[in-house]
Amino acid sequence: MLEINNLTVQIEDNRILNGLSLKVADGEVAAIMGPNGSGKSTLSYVIAGKEDYEVLDGEILLDGQNLLEMEADERAAAGVFLAFQYPLEIPGVGTMTFLKAALNAQRRARGEDELTTPDLIKRVNAAGETLEIKKDFLKRALNVGFSGGEKKRMEILQMALLEPKFCILDETDSGLDIDALRIVSEGVNTLRSKDRSFLVITHYQRLLNHIVPDTVHVMANGRIVKSGGKELALELEANGYADYRQEAA
Amino acid sequence: MTEVTQIRTAAETGLGDLFDRLKGGLPGDVAIREAALAGFRERGLPHRRVEEFKYFDLRALMREAAPPAERPNATEIAKAFNQAKAFASVPAYRLTFVNGHLAASLKEAESFPSGIEVVPFEQALGEGHPLLASLGRVEVAQGNPILELNTAFMNDGAVIRVAAGATPDQPIALRFVSAGETAFSTATRVLVVVEAGAKVTLIESHEGPDGLANQTNTAVEFVVGDGASVDHVRFNGEGADVLSLSTITATLGADVSFSTHNALIGSAAARHQVFLACKGENSTVRIDGISLLRGRQHADATLVVDHAVPHCTSRETFKTILDGETTGVFQGKIVVRPHAQKTDGGMKSDALLLSERASMNNKPELEIFADDVVCGHGATCGALDDELLFYLKSRGLPKAEAESLLLQAFVGPPIEAIEHEGVRDALVGRVEEWLAARR
Ligand SMILES: Nc1ncnc2c1ncn2[C@@H]1O[C@H](COP(=O)(O)OP(=O)(O)OP(=O)(O)O)[C@@H](O)[C@H]1O
Ligand SMILES: [Mg+2]
Repeated sequence: MLEINNLTVQIEDNRILNGLSLKVADGEVAAIMGPNGSGKSTLSYVIAGKEDYEVLDGEILLDGQNLLEMEADERAAAGVFLAFQYPLEIPGVGTMTFLKAALNAQRRARGEDELTTPDLIKRVNAAGETLEIKKDFLKRALNVGFSGGEKKRMEILQMALLEPKFCILDETDSGLDIDALRIVSEGVNTLRSKDRSFLVITHYQRLLNHIVPDTVHVMANGRIVKSGGKELALELEANGYADYRQEAA
Repeated sequence: MTEVTQIRTAAETGLGDLFDRLKGGLPGDVAIREAALAGFRERGLPHRRVEEFKYFDLRALMREAAPPAERPNATEIAKAFNQAKAFASVPAYRLTFVNGHLAASLKEAESFPSGIEVVPFEQALGEGHPLLASLGRVEVAQGNPILELNTAFMNDGAVIRVAAGATPDQPIALRFVSAGETAFSTATRVLVVVEAGAKVTLIESHEGPDGLANQTNTAVEFVVGDGASVDHVRFNGEGADVLSLSTITATLGADVSFSTHNALIGSAAARHQVFLACKGENSTVRIDGISLLRGRQHADATLVVDHAVPHCTSRETFKTILDGETTGVFQGKIVVRPHAQKTDGGMKSDALLLSERASMNNKPELEIFADDVVCGHGATCGALDDELLFYLKSRGLPKAEAESLLLQAFVGPPIEAIEHEGVRDALVGRVEEWLAARR
């Protein structure tokens, strides 16, 4: 599904990713853990196509397609989705208007027919129910006045609607209460399939009890410094990152 | 004393000559016209060293004086009617002006409901219509060079009276359309007297072909009685070469609800002025506008709200999108007189620059002579937010579509504030057209 080779990225002369390599197989759920500032969000932005970064070296392949040559919207149409660590508020843009525009833009890019409004409403309501998002939220401007947890749920709602094949969840668990964590995790679990892979960035092992990963990677100083199975998360929870901080320095 | 010899531009000489040639044939009392022209005769057209015209140098913008429009013939009228598209989807009582002249005389006005009386302006001037006494009465508008030029040259237009308590079921629509082969000037005047307790929506549209460098000067004056409610929406969809000068004045009684919105897409250079006076307590005023500028357009919104009595609320909300090499101007002034306590006044101008060669001039002013008031102003000027654009693109929206969505959201609030749904939808449609043309 996803293959990252020797990715080296800087922003304003600050090197943030240092020859990072990572593979995620079809249907795999890969977790990334790592200290603050190690470059996890940067990695997710670079995969999604944010423009502020200078890629000095390396490649990112999604099913063989070189993502680095594509615009963010083209990557989205190719199946990349990023659930933001800090979802943005967009005053004046109605949530429904936004969802319709996004869905139809992707469908157009893939040469599919656009959705009609009733069709869209049906889908949104269904996804909203699963994620226990109140209906009147969908009538508001996108994320405006939403609590931190509500914004995170809205990200997962978008993910469910857009049906991407590679999903990045950047600290989706932070800011969620215990019930919301369960609801969101269930939402993610129902989307798991052999054709869809996940990169789950988190600081807490707790999330991984709900979304059980196939692999766990430790990121420090802009690269993957250790990879293992789900037991690696437990080890990190117990011992912290002390062993890894120096390693790549 | 030293004799100062004014150097006149071609336009200034032309306007002076034109007046001398026309004045014998213009309807009504010529003394009023002479008086209105005195300032122009002395100082010429206002230019950038005149404070109120610092960002709208009329002397530079008006190179030559275009001749006044002839009364159009039947063919021209028919052609012009076909071009009046702005609020076509809104059922309304319509009056159509072709090249500044009321077309088909009163044919359209005959379909107006009882409660709305319309008199062609020339006729009103000729017979000394009693309502004309309230023309040009707003103090903060007096001495304004654009309004004075209108007064000096005004010929056609209308006097509209909405009777006390009347609540017409449809808006009154004034359609200004231009047609023809040669550039012309207009000086159209409309007086709208809304009597106590009446409730009316008045929409105004200005449209014409590109390539005609017309000079239009329209003034619409409102006199609003106690407890009346007026919503005014103006659409400037003039051709790309037009110099458009427009003035709205309003005198409000007590307990009035008044709103005026100017949506600007057309014209090469446009100055829209609003002079409003609160003369009765507990009135609520909204002055809004959106300007969507591209190419080399220059658009100026100049507003003065005069709070002469206590307990009135005024809000001004202007949104300007500037693409290309355009220039935008917002000059808003709120005056609160010594006894106008408990005035609540606020104005906000937001500009979005889509190009590095565009520029916006914001000049908000407060002149407050009372001590127990709440007044504020704010102005912002910025580019589209890259973070928001990335968020939208990451959901699959191509850049142009993401920008359109954000631009639509930016101009949304003043449009959404329009009460009449059909009028609101019509403006949304024009904004969408403008955005689509950008892509
Ligand atoms: N726009 C930027 N300009 C300069 N430095 C940046 C920028 N964005 C990120 N950085 C720096 O890059 C490093 C990695 O940041 P990043 O947000 O990717 O870390 P993270 O692993 O997601 O951290 P956290 O766990 O706190 O979310 C940090 O040192 C950060 O300060
Ligand atoms: Mg982060």
